Amino acid sequence: MPDKRERHILITGFGGQGIVMAGDILGKAATLYDHKHATMTQNYGPEARGGACTSQVIISGEEILFPCVEEPEILVCMSQEAYTKNVKSLRPEGTLIWDTDLVHTRKTDMRYKTFHIPSTRFAEQLGTKMMANIVMLGFLSAVEPLVHSEALKKAIMDSVPGSTKDNNLHAFNKGREYGTSIIKGLVKAEQAKHQD
Amino acid sequence: MNGDEACCEGALAVGCRFFAGYPITPATEVAEAMSRRLPQLGGIYIQMEDEIASMAAILGASWGGVKSMTSTSGPGFSLMMENIGLGICTETPCVVCNVQRAGPSTGLPTAAGQGDMMQARWGSHGHYEIIALSPSSPQEMFDMTIRAFNLSEYYRLPVLVMADEVVGHMNERVIIPREEDIEIINRRKPTVSREDYLPYEADADGIAPMANCGDGYRIHVTGLTHDERGYPAMNAKAHEQMVTRLVGKIRNNRDKIISTKNFYLDDAEVVVVSYGISARSSMKAVRDARNEGIKAGLIKLETVWPFPEELIRSLAPQVKALIMVEINGGQMVLELERSARGACPVSLVGNYGGAILHPNLILGAISKAVKGKT
Amino acid sequence: MTTSKPVKNVPPHPMDSLLRTERIPHIWCPGCGIGTVFSAVIAAIKNTGWDPNSIAMVSGIGCTGRMAGYIKLDSFHTTHGRALPFATGLKLARPQTKVIVVSGDGDLFAIGGNHFIHAARRNMDLTVICVNNLNYGMTGGQQAPSTPLGAKTTTSVSGSPEEPFNFSYLASACGATYVARWTAMQVRSLRSSISEALEKRGFSFVEVITPCPSSFGRRNRMGSALEMLKFYHGRSVIRGDIDPKDASMDIDKEIVVGKFVDIERSTFLDHYEKFNRPQMPQWRSMHPDNQKGR
Repeated sequence: MPDKRERHILITGFGGQGIVMAGDILGKAATLYDHKHATMTQNYGPEARGGACTSQVIISGEEILFPCVEEPEILVCMSQEAYTKNVKSLRPEGTLIWDTDLVHTRKTDMRYKTFHIPSTRFAEQLGTKMMANIVMLGFLSAVEPLVHSEALKKAIMDSVPGSTKDNNLHAFNKGREYGTSIIKGLVKAEQAKHQD
Repeated sequence: MNGDEACCEGALAVGCRFFAGYPITPATEVAEAMSRRLPQLGGIYIQMEDEIASMAAILGASWGGVKSMTSTSGPGFSLMMENIGLGICTETPCVVCNVQRAGPSTGLPTAAGQGDMMQARWGSHGHYEIIALSPSSPQEMFDMTIRAFNLSEYYRLPVLVMADEVVGHMNERVIIPREEDIEIINRRKPTVSREDYLPYEADADGIAPMANCGDGYRIHVTGLTHDERGYPAMNAKAHEQMVTRLVGKIRNNRDKIISTKNFYLDDAEVVVVSYGISARSSMKAVRDARNEGIKAGLIKLETVWPFPEELIRSLAPQVKALIMVEINGGQMVLELERSARGACPVSLVGNYGGAILHPNLILGAISKAVKGKT
Repeated sequence: MTTSKPVKNVPPHPMDSLLRTERIPHIWCPGCGIGTVFSAVIAAIKNTGWDPNSIAMVSGIGCTGRMAGYIKLDSFHTTHGRALPFATGLKLARPQTKVIVVSGDGDLFAIGGNHFIHAARRNMDLTVICVNNLNYGMTGGQQAPSTPLGAKTTTSVSGSPEEPFNFSYLASACGATYVARWTAMQVRSLRSSISEALEKRGFSFVEVITPCPSSFGRRNRMGSALEMLKFYHGRSVIRGDIDPKDASMDIDKEIVVGKFVDIERSTFLDHYEKFNRPQMPQWRSMHPDNQKGR
């Protein structure tokens, strides 16, 4: 992948899920530890909590001028509303990622590369659903390596409160392991599709 | 970090130690960052009852000798206008960061706007000159907040940082220089005795040395028209003298104040002029135009006020068209048109707020302009 | 520019050291009560023995607001109603300075009412002197938040339809640590109350009922300045140990005067230091000359 190309990622969900934080961590990993350029902008409704929320991340080897993500190549959906609203914007060859338990996708979405993870359930199992965003980042790092996973880990450590660092690291690893196992299985699945 | 946080860090780096504010989207993060950071540096954060009080408090703190600032957005900016005028009349250094949203009224609190540009220029009553900067990235929020303080301390007036929602909430890498690499300008202090000191007697460059409260000069400061002593002088002659100096200290030093970044102007046939977040869309459009073989250029206004009138006046006869790009219905474009003095067509790419301008829209305007259509 | 030259053979007035004598004569009307309050303030300041360079006066707009222009201290004549927030910023930037706010009833309680209740709530360490002349004097006598129900002003020619505030009660309810009220005739008590207020830590408040013979007095047929002074004095009842809510302020019946509140309460800065001390290694290195680090 040429380094100069802009990678456009849209992370979506509702306020309070750590959507903006996830975008922030991704951008931090890219800029501070992978030494690329990144920009993160956010959209939210009049209320800062509870409403629809998106985080737009662009990662590039060059200076980024226009900071809006209009047609993401990677779309992460953490809520049904976010999915319904944003799925149309995903590029035809794009990657669609969602929380298994929170989003029901339509069949037509099979034209995308698709991955899903019960990130909220995993996070709850690890102690608190507040870490669903970190599980999702771990998953993302396995299925779509935008930045080095070590960079992501460092960015997470920078961003979460001291007492929760270990837990968040577990959350990240949980997501990453799940993603890695899916990727291994996916190769078969993709092959199966081509045989049809 | 995001632009609002970068604004806070820039202010702290240049020595700001007092912040008074009132929460308002999308500027709240400046206040939040200040409330965390100021106590660590021995400074004061106070949340006032409204923006009128916030503005009054930073003027008071500045006269107490402490560099001070506030941040706000549309509705709060309107409330601050009264005391911005007091700051101009009494020549009080301080910084106001306006993270613009879309108005009028409550408008779109969480969406971008650049509709306060004329309010920044003329929002307080009476005639005056102002200095306003416009950052287009978190890095510039940091750098320009520093410059805003330096300008305010030097020229003794409230300096405005006219940011917008996208820049305020955008996260990007911000490089904070080493302490010794940051230029810090502090207000000029009087060198004469109390008996000989005239608080509003200017030096050759139009700037009067400033005695702080408690320095032993027993100054009198009033928003009434005043003479060199600072005493009320209720007549047209005194008023003429005072305003002439307030206006002159900015106008006569505009070469030192005005700052633009110019791109591809040498052979440009169409020049885009823009500022803040819109300058980024403009840069993208200008590069795209160049890729298409169109000779486009860009003037990015770092200081929006004073406006670079001379630059535009000398450029206008050499180009086919000038295009202003801004998120409003046409504010700085009026200034561009005035400065071009009819030497070339001037047009606007803008919207009334709520979304940032797409580079393709600007590219379309450039393509049209180069063919002589506007 | 003109500066008045000292006149020979005239001994200096004892208050000259705190007066901008070159600005005298002042703009106040003959018989106005502000002069009395002004001299009481100056006497109280002198009485403290403090270095005048460590005292500042902040005022708003209006007749009383002009006091800041005549006193030889660091003095700030700000915008209408905004004396308190300006003083708040000044005090927090220079906690070592004693900041006195002087202003009228309209400035402090109408346009500045919100600032007043919040400055008192925060217990900002300020001394506030309110000259209450029951109307807007500077602009020719309009209805104010102090104007008695039914009183005539230029904007209530048939009588004010509004109930007035009781400022001393309001101040105490908002958390002031010191509250006293006097009429302008009770000079000695007023002076000693201002002295106590100046010495008080926290938000101290002194209200003075003063005649405005040119506007309020004339429209309400109250006679000369001296008659007004005597009238208010005559209505006054000294009640030291009274609940501020019972400290009636009714010129038709009874003006309760005296010291109503004198309590101790932590100030804004006390609390700010307490809550932030663990992370304040360089506490109060606010001024550019003594800053370290960032």
